[in-house]
Amino acid sequence: MKKLINAPEDVLAESLRGLAAAHADILTLEPAGFVRRRAPKRGVALVSGGGSGHEPLHAGFVGLGMLDAAVPGEVFTAPTPDRVSAALDAVGTEAGTLLIVKNYEGDVMNFDMGAEMAADAGGASGEVRRLLVNDDVAVEDSTFTTGRRGVAGTLVVEKVVGAAAEAGASLDDCVSLGERTVRATRSMGVALTSCTVPTASGPTFQIGDDEMEFGVGIHGEPGRRREALRPADEVAREVVQTILADLGEAASGPALLFVNGFGATPAIELYLMYDAARRALEGSGVEVTRSLVGSYVTSLDMAGCSITLSMLDDERARLWDAPVHAAALRWGV
Amino acid sequence: MPATSPATSIDVRALADAATRAIASHADELTALDQAIGDGDHGANMRRGAEAVRARLDEIAGQSLPDAARTVGTTLVGTVGGASGPIFGTAFLALGKALPEAPTRADVAGALSEAIEAVERRGKARRGQKTLLDVLHPVRDAVADGADPARVAEVAHEAMRATGGLAAQKGRASFLGDRAEGHVDPGSRSAQLVIAALCGALDQGAPR
Repeated sequence: MKKLINAPEDVLAESLRGLAAAHADILTLEPAGFVRRRAPKRGVALVSGGGSGHEPLHAGFVGLGMLDAAVPGEVFTAPTPDRVSAALDAVGTEAGTLLIVKNYEGDVMNFDMGAEMAADAGGASGEVRRLLVNDDVAVEDSTFTTGRRGVAGTLVVEKVVGAAAEAGASLDDCVSLGERTVRATRSMGVALTSCTVPTASGPTFQIGDDEMEFGVGIHGEPGRRREALRPADEVAREVVQTILADLGEAASGPALLFVNGFGATPAIELYLMYDAARRALEGSGVEVTRSLVGSYVTSLDMAGCSITLSMLDDERARLWDAPVHAAALRWGV
Repeated sequence: MPATSPATSIDVRALADAATRAIASHADELTALDQAIGDGDHGANMRRGAEAVRARLDEIAGQSLPDAARTVGTTLVGTVGGASGPIFGTAFLALGKALPEAPTRADVAGALSEAIEAVERRGKARRGQKTLLDVLHPVRDAVADGADPARVAEVAHEAMRATGGLAAQKGRASFLGDRAEGHVDPGSRSAQLVIAALCGALDQGAPR
């Protein structure tokens, strides 16, 4: 696999340096290994993070109206607790801090240990609460799994809760809003090719030229099944139907439709998939009132996309529309 | 380790050297195992942790056994990341807390029990879910039953191989459910490599 890199072990540091230099007006890269918003705020601080390779998630969402800090780990590897603890020390406020964590065991454990370290050190980071995002409907929930994965819906949660925190919402309100947003949000993805981790010698999984992985995870983890590639309309229809069935009675009224590229699928195909998803939603009772199309929660160089549906009430629609000024998301400013 | 009397001298540098060398030299295999059922980062993460420990070998050489275990744990927590950092780090931190400077066999078995409990708490996991706990439990039992280092290494190897027959219920491999069957758990392989290396350092006759 060809990559524009220098040395595999330097990819993260050099990429973060580039991000910080390109968006110096918005964020700074701290020596302790996290990215923080340049202009601090007074209210509840929002901290997220996780393995790298999903850019622009999460560092690209640090800024006005979204995150106060993002803690990147190595590629597809949760960040270490000392980085989480350092980020909490740096941006935590008396109003408290909300950790937004995608539901993977590594992320949960490292963020928990980081929060414990920050508390043990007696830092001034205020109360720390954790919000788990688990929007991926691909893998069935069961008592035998760690639950559903957190994927592209994380962007919606960070945007909505970020806007509320910016407007001065309390920590309790941010937690409650975040939980409601997670419950209203569902995603599922398909992969056409594998991703390749820079430090690995080959692709993460083998897949034929005529195959797709239906329900793929954002680390190239297997989904529901491997099958022959089908036309976009059929793929969009099954993904949308799966999401609607999972939402059940909640699938009614205004919604955000978010088509997310995994890294190697061009915008022309993402808009085609958006068109297919819109048609798949006709007659469902869901009215698409907000839209987002682009590669925001990626899986390195994987081809494919995910579809996210997030049901909106008036409050969440207003918060989605609120100003945001981050490296990867900007409107209203 | 002697059956009843405390060890007079344990070469902690040799133990740390053997364990980290075993991980570093098997990193590609660990990555391949993880690519089959996880996200392919296990080998690189464990190698990063092993190299960070190797960078502190001189410091470790001057430490007591429990202090050395704590140094290893802190280093792993701070460098490995993923799920493996907290899990392996927590295990060594617990060993460091439980081990006396000159442990008897019973002390080692007791410390392993403490490490198992700490890992179960941190990972909210238990035996039978295709994790390193499926190696640690039988190893602890073998130590408690009086097995010599060579036999403990055999037990670890058998237990590691047996994880291939389990469906994953924890970690990213759990998202595959039954599709993870037939693949050895990468974390169990790492744990077995460390245990085999430690046993080998204690008894040159142990299988690697």
